Amino acid sequence: MITAKNITKTFKNGAVETHVLKGVDITINEGEFVAIMGKSGAGKSTLLYQLGLLDHPTSGEIMIDSIHVTSMSANDRTSFRLNELGYIFQDYALLPELTAIENVIVPLLMQGKTELEAKAIARASLDRIGLVHKEDNLPSQLSGGEQQRVSIARAVAHNPKILFADEPTANLDSGSSEAVLDIFKELHRQGQTIVMVTHEKEYTLFCDRVITIADGKAFE
Amino acid sequence: MASLGQSIKVGLFLGTRQLRRANRSTTILIVSIMTFTFLNLVVVSGILIGLIEGGNIANRNQYTGDVIATTLSGKTAIDHSQDFISTIARDPQVTDFSARYLAGGSIEANYRTRTDFSSKANTVGGQVAGIDPVQEDEFSSISKYVVEGKFLDPTESGYVVIGSNLLDRYSSSFGDGFDSLKNVYPGSTVKITINGSTREFIVKGIVKSKVGEVSIRAFLSKPDFIQLAGRSDLNANEIALNHDATITDNQMKQRLIANGFNANAKIQTASEAIPDFLTQIKTAFSVLGNLIGAIGIVVGSITIFIVVFINAVTRQKFIGILKGIGVSPLAIQVSYLLQSLFYGISGSLLGSLILYGLLVPAFDAHPIDFPFSDGILVADVPTTIVRIVVLLIVTLIAGYIPARMIIKKNTLDSILGR
Repeated sequence: MITAKNITKTFKNGAVETHVLKGVDITINEGEFVAIMGKSGAGKSTLLYQLGLLDHPTSGEIMIDSIHVTSMSANDRTSFRLNELGYIFQDYALLPELTAIENVIVPLLMQGKTELEAKAIARASLDRIGLVHKEDNLPSQLSGGEQQRVSIARAVAHNPKILFADEPTANLDSGSSEAVLDIFKELHRQGQTIVMVTHEKEYTLFCDRVITIADGKAFE
Repeated sequence: MASLGQSIKVGLFLGTRQLRRANRSTTILIVSIMTFTFLNLVVVSGILIGLIEGGNIANRNQYTGDVIATTLSGKTAIDHSQDFISTIARDPQVTDFSARYLAGGSIEANYRTRTDFSSKANTVGGQVAGIDPVQEDEFSSISKYVVEGKFLDPTESGYVVIGSNLLDRYSSSFGDGFDSLKNVYPGSTVKITINGSTREFIVKGIVKSKVGEVSIRAFLSKPDFIQLAGRSDLNANEIALNHDATITDNQMKQRLIANGFNANAKIQTASEAIPDFLTQIKTAFSVLGNLIGAIGIVVGSITIFIVVFINAVTRQKFIGILKGIGVSPLAIQVSYLLQSLFYGISGSLLGSLILYGLLVPAFDAHPIDFPFSDGILVADVPTTIVRIVVLLIVTLIAGYIPARMIIKKNTLDSILGR
């Protein structure tokens, strides 16, 4: 499903160059739940952003479903992210002026669904994560765990091929973390491909594979 | 790729919710700024133009009417005036008119009590007008402007109403270069001389108007004037008329010309009778008003720019998230344009409401007391609409630029706030 070949990522700050990824080769198969681990600053999130088309690698090639996504135009990448990928961020990344259901609706509307259709899908998605009763709450009226669950509902509402999660439990208490992981497990059971960056070793127990990033390289 | 329609739909979805859930105080502040920008744009130039327009309206109401016929150059009066008068009197579209008989003359006061004949007599030169008091009052409501005493009574003879500018207590501001009568009040006796013929009149009243032709004349009843001036031909010097709304000034003028009256009189519409310098001042004030308005627009657009820029910068992360989850940059721009448009439309609507609901009626009821006119607020609807459109276009541009600047940033940099 995802094939990354010789991915490098170098950040420049004036004359200083930081080589974060130094030729990463990975493959992720359809339906796999893959964890990316590594020390702080190792380049876990950087790799996730490259795979999730949120950033451009300095060099290398990424193919998703045999499509060369690295050579896509900005508009095509946006469209690809909209239709094929889902994202869950560490800090939930909900839009503060939109209610829970409105946050889920936005990408669906962008896909061309009517507001009525989008609302029905969003409600079903919120129902899956047990938050349909709080669909009209603004993010500020939800707990951290609830916000992350809304974020998951938004990420999976349009049935993405791959779900990218960047330390989804980092800001949550243990109870909320477990709830989020339970959702991930259920999604994985239903066949969802998931790529998750995490610090927590115990969360990798549910994963099919663990990729460790160290010294800019990927190891299994 | 997302279609234009989808982008607009999502943009409107986001924009309406951002507006609905925005901080109310901030929204009120921005709309207030836009309202004042709109008012600055319309009212400042409206008052400057209204300063002259107020004078023009007064000139029309009290002097020229809608159309005025005056003596041709080189003539002493309008020949065959009675034909002219009888024609307009029969015209069903003429609502009222006044024929005025004019002559240069002098007025002397306090001559009975004068003891020092070595000093200058208490005298002033001016234009003496013979009028039909009833006809003139119906035409120009001149009696409303009588500030002391009363207006002429058509049944009486031997009375004069004097324009305030001929009296020193009203015209002192003009400086010493102008002669004026001292110690003249209603009841005073004055001597009026026209073409060497002199007669005493009792001052019936003082008329004060910002229309020069009213306040600089001495008014006698027509019989008194004809007797004093020896005008037996009954030819008038000015014939001013008003018409109803079914005909324009120019159409009425053309009708009079078609009757051949232009052979004996200079026929002008009220607008044509406005002196050139006033038209030029009006144009200059209009330019000045537009200039001040343009500064207002720049200030308003900078305000919108700053508001949208700060809004976009503080929401940079969320803009990045929107782009990250696949929302097109156009949709995000539409959401910001909608906000700018909302501020612009709200400001314009609120401004229009204040303008037409409050300011224009207030200025009409209480014009600004300028020395040479009663300044009104001129805000005709087509011009106001043009200014609203200008304001909205500028507002849209001011909203578009910062939104575009932020949206062009790298998606990940926006999300991570780098």
